Amino acid sequence: MNRILVVAEHAGGKLNAAVAKCVACAVSIPDADVTVAVLAADGAEAAASAAGIKGVARVLLVQNPANEPALAAILAPQLAKLAEGHDVVLGPSTTFGKDLMPRVAALLGAPQLSDIMAAESATRFRRPVYAGNAIATVELPAGKPVVATVRVASFQPAPGGGSAAVEKRAVDVALPKHTRFVSVSAARTDRPDLQTAARVISGGRALGSAENFKLIQGLADKLGAAIGASRAAVDAGYAPNELQVGQTGKIIAPELYVAIGISGAIQHLTGIKDARTIVAINKDSEAPIFEVADIGLVGDLFSLVPEIEKLL
Amino acid sequence: MRKILVGIKRVIDYNVRVRVRPDGSGVVTEGVKMSANPFDSIALEEALRVKERGEADEVVAASVGPTESQQQLRDALAMGADRAILVKTDGNVEPPVVARVLQKLVERETPRLVILGKQAIDDDCNQTGQMLAALWDRPQATFASKLELQGEVARVTREVDAGLETIEVDLPAVITTDLRLNEPRYIKLPDIMKAKKKPLDIIELASLGIDAAPLVKTLKLEPPPQRQKGIMVKDAAELVAALKQRGLA
Repeated sequence: MNRILVVAEHAGGKLNAAVAKCVACAVSIPDADVTVAVLAADGAEAAASAAGIKGVARVLLVQNPANEPALAAILAPQLAKLAEGHDVVLGPSTTFGKDLMPRVAALLGAPQLSDIMAAESATRFRRPVYAGNAIATVELPAGKPVVATVRVASFQPAPGGGSAAVEKRAVDVALPKHTRFVSVSAARTDRPDLQTAARVISGGRALGSAENFKLIQGLADKLGAAIGASRAAVDAGYAPNELQVGQTGKIIAPELYVAIGISGAIQHLTGIKDARTIVAINKDSEAPIFEVADIGLVGDLFSLVPEIEKLL
Repeated sequence: MRKILVGIKRVIDYNVRVRVRPDGSGVVTEGVKMSANPFDSIALEEALRVKERGEADEVVAASVGPTESQQQLRDALAMGADRAILVKTDGNVEPPVVARVLQKLVERETPRLVILGKQAIDDDCNQTGQMLAALWDRPQATFASKLELQGEVARVTREVDAGLETIEVDLPAVITTDLRLNEPRYIKLPDIMKAKKKPLDIIELASLGIDAAPLVKTLKLEPPPQRQKGIMVKDAAELVAALKQRGLA
């Protein structure tokens, strides 16, 4: 049996959609026995959601006011304790998981694999390197624990219909006081979440200004899409950082990805490779985005985007 | 002395289109331009700015890697680092090993801040800073887009999935940089000349008493699956028709 611990990301009582994808990765490991750990102030609601994911054998709920808002320095020692006796510890490859999991790995003295896209066994995994320009198959020594983050774009969420038991756990470890949460500022939006949206419309530097960037909103409204941006557009201040798609931003796998005024740097393409259909609109017919686009249109985005919006 | 330790990794340059060797044993490196990992240049720039504000006295750049990494450390010295340390090894080093090496350097140098890139653009691991912070039992502030020092506390704005998060950490602490923390300065010719006179110490990794044997074995590298060649449409109407045909509009 391979004992797998999945670390749950949650906020405001809601389980992050990445958790069901991590469970999907966990159950793809042969002979998996999957435990989900929910570390929260209360966490009852998130734990109940986790218990409902098919394939989960049990949910461990650790309640402590210090657990929210989540800070890696506070969560890591508790998770290292919970991880004892497990073969694989999985977290999502979101900023939450990327921040937390290496700290857990170091406390366990375990190696970490980042962004695993497939599990071939409990010791053999596939992961992208060089901004997705190469896929590595890696193997770890058997009998030693491994920590990994799961590339959420590579997995379909595990379905519901599970009925695991929720066990409350007290974890007796000293928690540091050296790290304190101050604030979080997030743009409130009614749009679908970029990471999980079925459709995404992204804008690039060619939009030219923050004001012009709004041009793509109408199209996103028509298609019920989330909005994304290239690094160039974020660097230029046209769009906030959380919209960045690419190697160092969000890696997404929507059914439809529309790139507007994005030339398609390697680092951007790595974030959209798993999209089912890629549409590109760009005035430069030589732009690398057209090499990966399923449907390409060369022309002036300022006239084309309103026209397309009208036709939809 | 208030020191800042900065990590510099030698990687294939950002602009190179990386190709996998036909036998799957690695990627093509012959005749390929090598540079400092871009996130590490951002880390160094931030350290220099902290020093220029009078909030640090010395910036030390450190690298773990082959002899050739001296080139990237010389560039760091030209940018403004005061001295450099190369922990030399020809083997492949994994983040847990680099973190333990940095921990040794931290014990020697007792820096107030360690600033590292959030990830290297070759292995894309995003682990070393967090691992160092755990081994050192100190705070970590990852993916930083703003850093302010207030006495013995650092206030750091972090780029997270939800937006921007601000945390406060007691010093000493490990900071890892995100893209928008700053824009690194260009190296000027006279600074390259001056950098030649700055100290660059070389330590053999083997002399540090760390087990550097890799735990993760790479069995093979493959190029990613290629996407099917798409179609070009000539106007908005054709585009919308193509979307409708695929059930996407």
